[in-house]
Amino acid sequence: MTESGDFVVVGAGPAGMAAAATALDGGLRVVLVDSGAALGGQFWRHPPRQARQAIPTADLHHGLREYRALCATLSAHARTGRLTLLLNHHVWSAVREGEGFAVHAVDRSRAPEETPVVLRAPALLVATGAYDRQLPFPGWDLPGVLTIGGLQALLKGGGVAAGRRVVLGGTGPFLLPVAAALAARGAEVAAVCEAAAPSAWLRHPVPLLRNPAKWAEGARYAGTLARHRVPVRTRTAIVGAEGDGRVAVVRVASLDADGTPLPGTERRIEADTVGVGWGFAPQLDLLVPLGCTLADAGDGTMAAAVDDGQRTDVPGLYAAGETCGVGGAALAVNEGAIAAVSVLTDLRASGLPNVRRLAAKRAAVARHRVFARAMAQAHPLPPAWSAWLTDDTLVCRCEEVTAGAVRAAHADGPASDHRQVKQLTRAGMGWCQGRMCGPAVHCLVARDQPYASAERLIATPITLGGLAGLDESTTDHT
Amino acid sequence: MSEFTVDGELLPFVPGQTLAAALVASGRVAWRVTRLGQRPRGVFCGIGVCFDCLVTIDGQGGQRACLVQARTGMAITTGEGDDD
Ligand SMILES: Cc1cc2nc3c(=O)[nH]c(=O)nc-3n(C[C@H](O)[C@@H](O)[C@H](O)COP(=O)(O)OP(=O)(O)OC[C@H]3O[C@@H](n4cnc5c(N)ncnc54)[C@H](O)[C@@H]3O)c2cc1C
Ligand code: FES
Repeated sequence: MTESGDFVVVGAGPAGMAAAATALDGGLRVVLVDSGAALGGQFWRHPPRQARQAIPTADLHHGLREYRALCATLSAHARTGRLTLLLNHHVWSAVREGEGFAVHAVDRSRAPEETPVVLRAPALLVATGAYDRQLPFPGWDLPGVLTIGGLQALLKGGGVAAGRRVVLGGTGPFLLPVAAALAARGAEVAAVCEAAAPSAWLRHPVPLLRNPAKWAEGARYAGTLARHRVPVRTRTAIVGAEGDGRVAVVRVASLDADGTPLPGTERRIEADTVGVGWGFAPQLDLLVPLGCTLADAGDGTMAAAVDDGQRTDVPGLYAAGETCGVGGAALAVNEGAIAAVSVLTDLRASGLPNVRRLAAKRAAVARHRVFARAMAQAHPLPPAWSAWLTDDTLVCRCEEVTAGAVRAAHADGPASDHRQVKQLTRAGMGWCQGRMCGPAVHCLVARDQPYASAERLIATPITLGGLAGLDESTTDHT
Repeated sequence: MSEFTVDGELLPFVPGQTLAAALVASGRVAWRVTRLGQRPRGVFCGIGVCFDCLVTIDGQGGQRACLVQARTGMAITTGEGDDD
């Protein structure tokens, strides 16, 4: 099947939804595609529409008014036939074709069946978001240890609390909504371990003062956590998990300023579930092969480099939301809208939004980016985190490569980045293509530079059957 | 009642849940083992990036349980071989 439009948007999270809505309002024909079963991405993750009564999750959400407004705009345009919405469609490759792009997806709405679909348009927005950044620790591959985003996805998408007694750890404000959501669903949150020191924020008073909404949100979480008697420990990290076939005990320790566990502070907490997250890494699979330039996002990761109109340096290719650096849903919505305005301008479409509204969006983007930078500085990866690893701690979950093997490849061999470690040890060669171990391997061997995922990623593995279904003209480009 | 089978055993789910959500709701945390160390694995990232949650659906291996919506009558098999 082939779908064509003026503008293909990959990712129906806050950024992609806002971009599609703005472009449609401006008169374009839009194809919006997402691998999920519902609009909303990670922030507004919902069960599929027909399941909302059976799986109520509205109480776990923020900013639902904006979500509903975007959904209403998109539905109205779907009725006029100008929006083609493709849910449960995974994009696995995007290539240049003439003046535009051919975007290859598989329809998995009747999984395990896969039906190939090609989307064509002169303009392409990649709004594929980010995923949880992980640092390994002994026992992190025990069942019952999840990413905090994974815990949140199970809650918001399926109404399921993954455990009864949970310990959360890592760094960043995202720990708080997850703790609050788990508590709201009846789980006992035994501890939230934040590696950073709260005083780190005092060095960045201006971004905080200019973003009162973030304060208010933080205060609401603090209230919820206090009500549920959830202890939040700062300068503390999960340094180990133990159990037989499932996590049973979590080891936590206080950290000194560089992240080294302080001797004598280790405590054991009984828990059946652990959630960990060290910020997020942008999902660049579709952008990197298209040749888009990356830039240092300021939090130890690389992200798509864009101009102030969200244009990448590849003509016709735009990026918005967390592919351009992690900064939250409000930033993503504004960037999405700005990207669509650029597309309208570049395609010489008629319906541009008025200048004042656009200026307000640009100002919001600038403000949120400053806040995101401050957040990254206040919640860094602890430089000494690798002190938690033993030589037999798995770093690569897929290929089961240990910290000892990675260190040896670095110390005795020529490996100076995660790509070379991959060749020497197979770390990052497995199913996830290094998405889970990449940031950690990178920190172990090349801590001074920001992390970017490997060059040749396929965004999703597809079957030979799915490939065989493609017509000749498109396989030429893959 | 909406049900699928896991290794022949009936498992209820709420329509709209993913296979992973239904498995986790039933108390399961692991449903396959790794190729080399035979380590147990279940859901980790929950959004389709880590591939820990692989299952075989109606004979087709390598499927991510966290992405696929459960459907009545699906036959899920787990264990070794899901990541071949
Ligand atoms: C698991 C997880 C849970 C999170 N939960 C919260 C939360 O509860 N609160 C909060 O403040 N922040 C949360 N975040 C942070 C979050 O990333 C946001 O700030 C926000 O959702 C970013 O918006 P976005 O539009 O840039 O990307 P996203 O919301 O991530 O949207 C990207 C979309 O692209 C789709 N996609 C990606 N790759 C492909 C592909 N190859 N083919 C088709 N579709 C694709 C995804 O399915 C997704 O719907 C979470 C992050 C993660 C990773
Ligand atoms: S849990 Fe990570 S891919 Fe399913």
